[in-house]
Amino acid sequence: MIEIRVHGRGGQGAVTSTELIALAAINEGKYAQAFPSFGPERRGAPVMAFVRIGDTPIRTREKVYRPDIVVVLDPTILKIVDVTTGLKKDGMVILNTSKSEKEIRKEFGIKARMAPVNATEIAMRHLGRPITNTTMLGALIKATHVIDVESMEEPLKKRFGRIAEKNLNAMREAYQETG
Amino acid sequence: MPKKVGIEVSLAVSEAVCAADVDVIPAYPVTPQTHIVEHLSELVADGELDAEFMPVESEHSAMSACIGAAAVGARTFTATSAPGLALMHEIVFIAPSLRTPIVMVIANRALSGPISIWNDHSDIMAQRDCGWIQTFAENGQEVFDLIIHAFRVAEDPEVLLPMIVNMDGFTLSHVIEPIELLSASEVSQYLKPFEPQLVLDPKNPVTMGPVGVPELYTEARQQAESVLNGSKKVIVRAWKEFAKLYGRSYKPIETYRTEGAEVVLMTMGSVTETAMTAVDRMREKGIEVGLMRFRLWRPFPHEEFRRAVRGIKALAVVDRAISFGAQGGPVCSKVKSALYGAPYQPQVFGFISGLGGRDITVEMFKQMVKKAIRYAKKGEGPVYELIGVRER
Repeated sequence: MIEIRVHGRGGQGAVTSTELIALAAINEGKYAQAFPSFGPERRGAPVMAFVRIGDTPIRTREKVYRPDIVVVLDPTILKIVDVTTGLKKDGMVILNTSKSEKEIRKEFGIKARMAPVNATEIAMRHLGRPITNTTMLGALIKATHVIDVESMEEPLKKRFGRIAEKNLNAMREAYQETG
Repeated sequence: MPKKVGIEVSLAVSEAVCAADVDVIPAYPVTPQTHIVEHLSELVADGELDAEFMPVESEHSAMSACIGAAAVGARTFTATSAPGLALMHEIVFIAPSLRTPIVMVIANRALSGPISIWNDHSDIMAQRDCGWIQTFAENGQEVFDLIIHAFRVAEDPEVLLPMIVNMDGFTLSHVIEPIELLSASEVSQYLKPFEPQLVLDPKNPVTMGPVGVPELYTEARQQAESVLNGSKKVIVRAWKEFAKLYGRSYKPIETYRTEGAEVVLMTMGSVTETAMTAVDRMREKGIEVGLMRFRLWRPFPHEEFRRAVRGIKALAVVDRAISFGAQGGPVCSKVKSALYGAPYQPQVFGFISGLGGRDITVEMFKQMVKKAIRYAKKGEGPVYELIGVRER
């Protein structure tokens, strides 16, 4: 079972991104669970959302305390939240940043494996808005292979209708860009 | 069999209600039940469900309207959560007395104060003695199945009682997971149209709900009690038929790895799955622990419970609510009273945990089991204790 924690700010679609991952995984015949950190979340405040994906039924209702993967939608979160809290030893941080991996490591002392991608820039080009939740899905999938990138197509189309294509393109570009 | 789809559990509730082809839905939105009624109003507005959606002005009105609707022979559904359920309280007790087979989903939430929107069982425990049949689900699939089952049992001419399906607020209501949704035509094999026995009809006027003078009240209450107790056989029969048609089986008390268990955890609701994981991990280490959960809470399955605990040394009962001043939780108190005078009596240790949205983790379940093993060896333990309280 793989456990993912997504950090973002209220309104940036962290919850939506976890829902989309879970839906794609379930469409692949896997078991998955997506849920927000329940509470009176406010626009702009730091929020978290969680996903579990497994090949067998998932039998736990705990919050995710020991994630395998952390996704950070908003680079400014790093200054106020320790996103690596509880991260497993061989865990990975998928990070939206315009900085290099070296700069991030130096500034925030992150030791875990890392996959940086400039998702804000990609999202601005494709969507015209700095909303990176769908873009970051591409980075997440490339770095972890938790699901097949094409499995995102159906849930994205269902969720976003006529703007799905733009989101898909942003996601695909992030997939290409992520090392 | 239909394929599993990824869906938020609240929306699956609405889909179950839609598949059951209900006629009337009087409801008022309240966190964390809101998505259920929002989606139901959408389904009605989009013409996918041919029903009357009544956006009433309060839960007191919601339950009043439910009773009226069921009394004229409509298949009736509503859903609520703690403060809404509390506001309904007065009318909740009237529904079984009038034999109105309403089905209600409770997205369980803590009662205030302090104000909490999060999950525990204090809301339903405050309605424990209301005379409704009450079941508990531990995942989205079970919520879906238990709703279909609830309509079948409630409307059975031998029963005609309202029924509550409990599902944990947020912990279940706001989770996306894979669920097999039965279609209306699949459900129609199991759930025949509601045939009311007595209806409010201007052409054949009857009175429902008159004053129960002292000469009548006791007999009316006796009947309510006897029909509720008698409903158990219908509940079990309906589960067996459900299993035959859809392949998923349910029982009043369900066990998990209890063979040879020294200590057995007793749970209700969604924490059961986390507890199962704890049991698996402890079993790997050679600790003889099992799990038992109440699927049916009212009528309380006395005989099944006494049978299920035979040979078990100790029970670690997990309550998600405090019964203030009673020194314990409502489930543990019931367990103890059910064992009084029984030929076989395991030791019982009560734990209260997971109040107002606090997680009960695998580690916390392990802690409860270890404590229960220690107390059992000693032959005594505290009357009850809270688990997971933050040190000051």
